[in-house]
Amino acid sequence: MKQFAVVAPADLASATRMLAEPNRSALAGGVDLLDMLKQELAAPAELVNLKALGGLDRIESVPGGVLRIGPLVTLNQLAAAPAVRERHPALADSAAQAATPQVRNLATVGGNLAQRPRCWYFRNPDIVCLKKGGTKCYAVAGLNRYHAILGGGPSFIVHPSNLAPALIACDASLALNGPDGERKIAVGDFFTSPKVDPRRENVLKPGEIIAAIEVPAPPTGARSAYLEAREKQSFDWPLAAAVAILALNRAGEVVHARIVMGAVAPIPWRAPSAEKILLGAKLDRALADRAAEAALAGAAPLAHNAYKIPIARAMVRRAILRAGGVADEPA
Amino acid sequence: MARRVTLRLGFEGGLRDVVVTIPDDEPAPWQWGEKFSVVGVDTPRLDGPLKAAGRAPYTYDIQLPGMLHGAILRSPYPHARIRSVDLGVARRLDGVRAALDRSGAAVRFAGQEVAAVAAVTLEIARDALRLVKVDYAPMPFVTAMEDAMRPDAPAVFESGANVGAPHINEIGNVAAGFETAAASVDAVYTTPVQTHVSLETHGAVASWNGDELTVWCSTQGIFGVRDDLAVHFSLPPENVRVITAYLGGGFGSKFGAGHEVIIAAELARMARAPVKLMLSRAEEHVATGNRPCSQQHVRIGAARDGALTAIELEQHGSGGIGGGSGSAVPYLALYRCPNLRTRERNVYINAGPASPMRAPGWPQGCFALELAIDELARKLNLDRLEMRRRNNPSPVRALEYDIGARAFGWDQRARAPKARGPIRRGVGVASAAWHGIGASGPQAQCVAFRDGRVAVRIGTQDVGTGTRTIIAMVAAEELGVPLQSVTAEIGDTRYLFSLPSGGSMTAPSTTPAVRQAAAHLKGKLLRLAAPALGAAPEDLVISDGVVRVRAEPDRAIEFADLCRRIPGDSLAADGEHVPNYGGYSTAQAGCQFAGVEVDIETGIVRVTDFVAVHDAGVIVDPLTARSQVNGGIIMGVGFALFEDRLIDPQTGLMVNPTMDDYKLPGVLDTPEIRAYFVEVANGITNTGVLGMGEAVHVAATAAIGCAVADAIGAPVRDLPLTPDRVLAAIGGV
Ligand SMILES: Cc1cc2nc3c(=O)[nH]c(=O)nc-3n(C[C@H](O)[C@H](O)[C@H](O)COP(=O)(O)OP(=O)(O)OC[C@H]3O[C@@H](n4cnc5c(N)ncnc54)[C@H](O)[C@@H]3O)c2cc1C
Ligand code: SF4
Repeated sequence: MKQFAVVAPADLASATRMLAEPNRSALAGGVDLLDMLKQELAAPAELVNLKALGGLDRIESVPGGVLRIGPLVTLNQLAAAPAVRERHPALADSAAQAATPQVRNLATVGGNLAQRPRCWYFRNPDIVCLKKGGTKCYAVAGLNRYHAILGGGPSFIVHPSNLAPALIACDASLALNGPDGERKIAVGDFFTSPKVDPRRENVLKPGEIIAAIEVPAPPTGARSAYLEAREKQSFDWPLAAAVAILALNRAGEVVHARIVMGAVAPIPWRAPSAEKILLGAKLDRALADRAAEAALAGAAPLAHNAYKIPIARAMVRRAILRAGGVADEPA
Repeated sequence: MARRVTLRLGFEGGLRDVVVTIPDDEPAPWQWGEKFSVVGVDTPRLDGPLKAAGRAPYTYDIQLPGMLHGAILRSPYPHARIRSVDLGVARRLDGVRAALDRSGAAVRFAGQEVAAVAAVTLEIARDALRLVKVDYAPMPFVTAMEDAMRPDAPAVFESGANVGAPHINEIGNVAAGFETAAASVDAVYTTPVQTHVSLETHGAVASWNGDELTVWCSTQGIFGVRDDLAVHFSLPPENVRVITAYLGGGFGSKFGAGHEVIIAAELARMARAPVKLMLSRAEEHVATGNRPCSQQHVRIGAARDGALTAIELEQHGSGGIGGGSGSAVPYLALYRCPNLRTRERNVYINAGPASPMRAPGWPQGCFALELAIDELARKLNLDRLEMRRRNNPSPVRALEYDIGARAFGWDQRARAPKARGPIRRGVGVASAAWHGIGASGPQAQCVAFRDGRVAVRIGTQDVGTGTRTIIAMVAAEELGVPLQSVTAEIGDTRYLFSLPSGGSMTAPSTTPAVRQAAAHLKGKLLRLAAPALGAAPEDLVISDGVVRVRAEPDRAIEFADLCRRIPGDSLAADGEHVPNYGGYSTAQAGCQFAGVEVDIETGIVRVTDFVAVHDAGVIVDPLTARSQVNGGIIMGVGFALFEDRLIDPQTGLMVNPTMDDYKLPGVLDTPEIRAYFVEVANGITNTGVLGMGEAVHVAATAAIGCAVADAIGAPVRDLPLTPDRVLAAIGGV
C-alpha cells in the first residue's frame, strides 16, 4: 500500500474542492476503498474523509413523502429504518441481504453506489485489463462465470451494488455536489455503460460527491420485493438479483410496474419489456413467467455464464409474484 | 521389566479379553468403562478466553526490539527462465536492510519465490520489491490438467513428461469380476484443487544471537522446522529453537521449514536484526500447498444382491509442480471387493505444489467411489444404505450405520416422495475410514511446584484441535488433581520431543506420554507423602486434590500441602509413548449422513443437516471431539459446494486468491450437525485415545454429493456442485 494522507474537510464545499485536485479519493466507510489501496489498485495521495462532515448520516422524511437519505447512512441503518421498511421494503431488503453484518455496519449508501467492480481480473494487481487502461478484457476468453449476461462489452463486469437496482425501481434520484454546485440526476442515469467508457462505472465528475439520495413516495398501493440468488448464503455476492415494484387495481390488473435486475449487467439492468407485459394485464403465474422471459430475452452469455440466465429469470418471476401477492405454486 | 495385563477390547456388543504385555513403568491402560473424574467431561478450551480476547500470542503477534519486516517477490509468470535478478536499486532504498536472490534458473508457477527483502516497515519492503529488476524469458505453460495430459502440451519440467508412470494396485481378476456383474457403472468424476486457507497464514519471526537461531513459526511441526533450519544453516539442532505457542490452523500445509521460514532466517542473518515475514492471503493461496485435483474414471460392478464384483479406477491427479495426487486408497479400504485394479498417475502443471491436506487423497476418492456406488444401487434398485451394508467389511461400521440411520431417519427420508415445488430434498450416506492410532516418539515432562501447581511440558503444538486442553486433562486425571491446577506448556523445542501434528496422530501419540509422565510424577509424590501419612506409597491414592491412605480415607493430606514438602523448587518426571501394544484393531470406521435442499430453478444447493457416527477411543474432551466433527463437515461442505482454485488460462494467474472469491462456507452455509461416537477399546496405548481429525472429514463431501444426486435424480459428477453444474444435470434428466 502506498503512503497517503487522510484529510478532514470543514464543509461540503471544501470537500468537493479538495476532491477536484488530482489523485484524491473520497473516503466513506472505507470497505471498498481500503481493499483497493491494499491491492494497490488505487494509490491516491490524499483521502478526503467524508465522515468529518456532519449531517450526512441521517434519513429524513421531507414533505411530499420523499425520503432523503444521507450518503453516509450505513447499509444496516438503511435496512432497519422504519420509514424505509414500511415504504420501500425492497430497498430495505437489498441492503439487508448485502455482505455480512460487519460489512453492513461500515458500508455506506454512497460508497455502495460508487464502489468499484468485483471482476477478478480487475481486482488482480498483476493484470492490466481494459478497465485499468489495458488493451483487452480478459473475461472474454477467460474465466467468466460471474460476468455479465446482458449489456456487456467491451468490459463485462456486473455492477456490484445491491442498492442500485432497488433505488432505480423506486424512481430515486441523486443530488451530486461538485465544485460547480449541485445537480440532480435519476439513479438510472448515474451509471454508465462500458460502451461509453470501459474505465468507469458512473458519471461522477472530478470533485463530485453523492450528497443525498432522494426516494419519492411509492405510488398508491404499490408493493415491492427484492430477491437475490447467491451460491453461498453467508458473505457472498449475488449471481442475480431482481427488484419488482407493482401496483395492482381492484381487478388485479397491474397499473404500475418497475422491474430492475442486479448482478447481470455492467449497470443495474432495468427491463422495460417485462414492465410492458405486466402493465394493464391481470397478474398471475403465467404473466409473471412471460415477463421474466422477456426480461432475459436479450441475454448474450459468455462461455461460462449461461447458467445465470435461468437464475435471473427465476428471481424476476419470484419477485413479481411476491410483489403482486400471488402464490408461487409448485413447479 | 515387563508385565502382563488383561484388557477388555472391542466395542459394545463385541467385547473380548486380550492379554497384552506392557513395560513395568507404564501405568495400567485405561479400560473399557473406566470411571474418570476429569476425562470425558465437556471442557471448554483452556486457552479459549485468551484467544477470544486477542491475547494469545500467535506468530503474527510477535514483536521484537529492532525487528524488520520481510517480503517476498514472486514470479508473475507461470513459466519462465530467469536471466538475471538485480537487487541493487532495491537494496539502496532508504530503510531496506537486506535483500536476497532466491531464484533458480527457472520459475514454474506464478507465485514462485524469486527474491526477498527486509526493511524497517512492511510498506518499504513492498516498495523495495517493485525495484527489484528481474529479466524473465517467458516460456509456454499449462495450467489445466486435461491440457497437460495432451502429447503436445508444454513440458512443465524439461527433464521429463508431464504425466507420470502409473502407480498400480491389483487384487483378483477385474475382467472376470465384471463378467459376473449383474449391473455396472462406468463414469468419470472430477474434483478441483482445494487450498487449505488456514486462518493464520504461513510465516515466521527469526532472530539470531551469534550462531543461535530462535524462530517463532506458524507450524504444525516445531521439530521438523528446527531440523530443516539446522540442516540449511549447518548448525547443530540444539542451536535452533522453534516456538509455536499458538497456531491458526495448518490442515497439513505447515510441516517443515517452508521458503518463507528459511527466507526470514536468511534475511535476519544478513541484516543482523530480527525479521518478521508473514505471508499475505494471496501468497497463502498460490504458494503454500493445496489438495491436488483429480479425474477419476471409475468402473464398478455388482451382483444382483449388491455384492461388489469388480472395481476399476483410472486416476489422474495434479499437485501442480508437486506430486502426491493419488486418490485410490478409499477404493482399497472402504468396501469389500474381490477384484480391484487402481492406476494412479500424477500430472504436472504450472501451478503451486501440493502439500498434505486433511486425509490426503480420501475426500477425492470417497466422492467418486460413493457416487458410483449410489449410481450402481439405483440400477440394482437397492436401498443405498443397504448396498453399503452388503459390502461393508467393518463390524464397527455396521453398528454405526444402524445408529446413524436411526438418528437421521434414513428409512423414511430416503423413501420420501419428492416435493413438487422448486425446492427438492435429498439424502446421502457415505462411509469413512482412517487409522488415528498415533505413533511412538513423544516424550513428556510433568512438574509439580511447591505451590501445588502442576505443569505438563511437551514439544507438541495445538493446531486448533484442543491439544493444550486435553493434555492438561489427562495429566489432571492421572494425578488426581483438579484441572485448574494443571497448565499445559507446549510449542517449544526446548521441551521434550513430540511428533508433528498431522495424520490424526497428536492426541493418540501425546496423551500416553503425558499420562506416563504424570504417573511417574505421582509415584515420586506418593513416596514423598508416605512418611507423612505413615503408610507405604503403594497404599496411597490421590483424588480431587487430596492424598489419602486407601484403606483409611481419613488419613489424608492436601495435594498442595504435600507439594510444600518438595525439596528445592519442583519435582519433575518424564514419560514416553510406549510402542503400540497391538490390540483390537488399528482401523477406524465411521459414516456420515447428509440432507440437502436444491432449488431446481437456480441450481443452488443448501446442506440442511448431518449425522456423523464415528468410532472414538477414550474421548478426553467431548467438546473438542464434537468440534472436530463440526470442522471436518464444514470443510467438506466447502469442498462439495464452493471451493475451487481457479487459474486463468491466459495468464496462468490464480483469479481467486482472496477470501472473497475463493468461497468458504460461512455461518449460514453450515448445516445442523449431530455427532455420535462409538467407543472402541482398542488396547493400543495406556490412554486408548484415537485421533479424530481426519476420519470426520473423509466422507462429508461424498455424502453431500450423494444427497444432491438424490434430490435432483441425477448425479453431478464434478465438484464443486455449483449452480451451473446442478442446472446442467437437471437439464440432462
Ligand atoms: C465481503 C463483502 C461482501 C460484500 N457484498 C456485497 C453485496 O452483496 N452487495 C453489495 O451491494 N455490496 C457488497 N459489498 C460491498 C460494500 O457494500 C461496499 O464496499 C460498501 O458499500 C462501500 O461503502 P463504503 O462506505 O465503505 O465506501 P468506501 O470504500 O469508503 O468508498 C467506495 C468508493 O466510493 C467512493 N465514495 C464513497 N462515498 C462517496 C460519496 N458520497 N460520493 C461519491 N463517491 C463516494 C469512494 O471514493 C470510493 O471510490 C460487499 C463488501 C464486502 C467486503
Ligand atoms: S470485465 Fe471489465 S474489469 Fe473484467 S477483465 Fe474485462 S475489462 Fe477488465
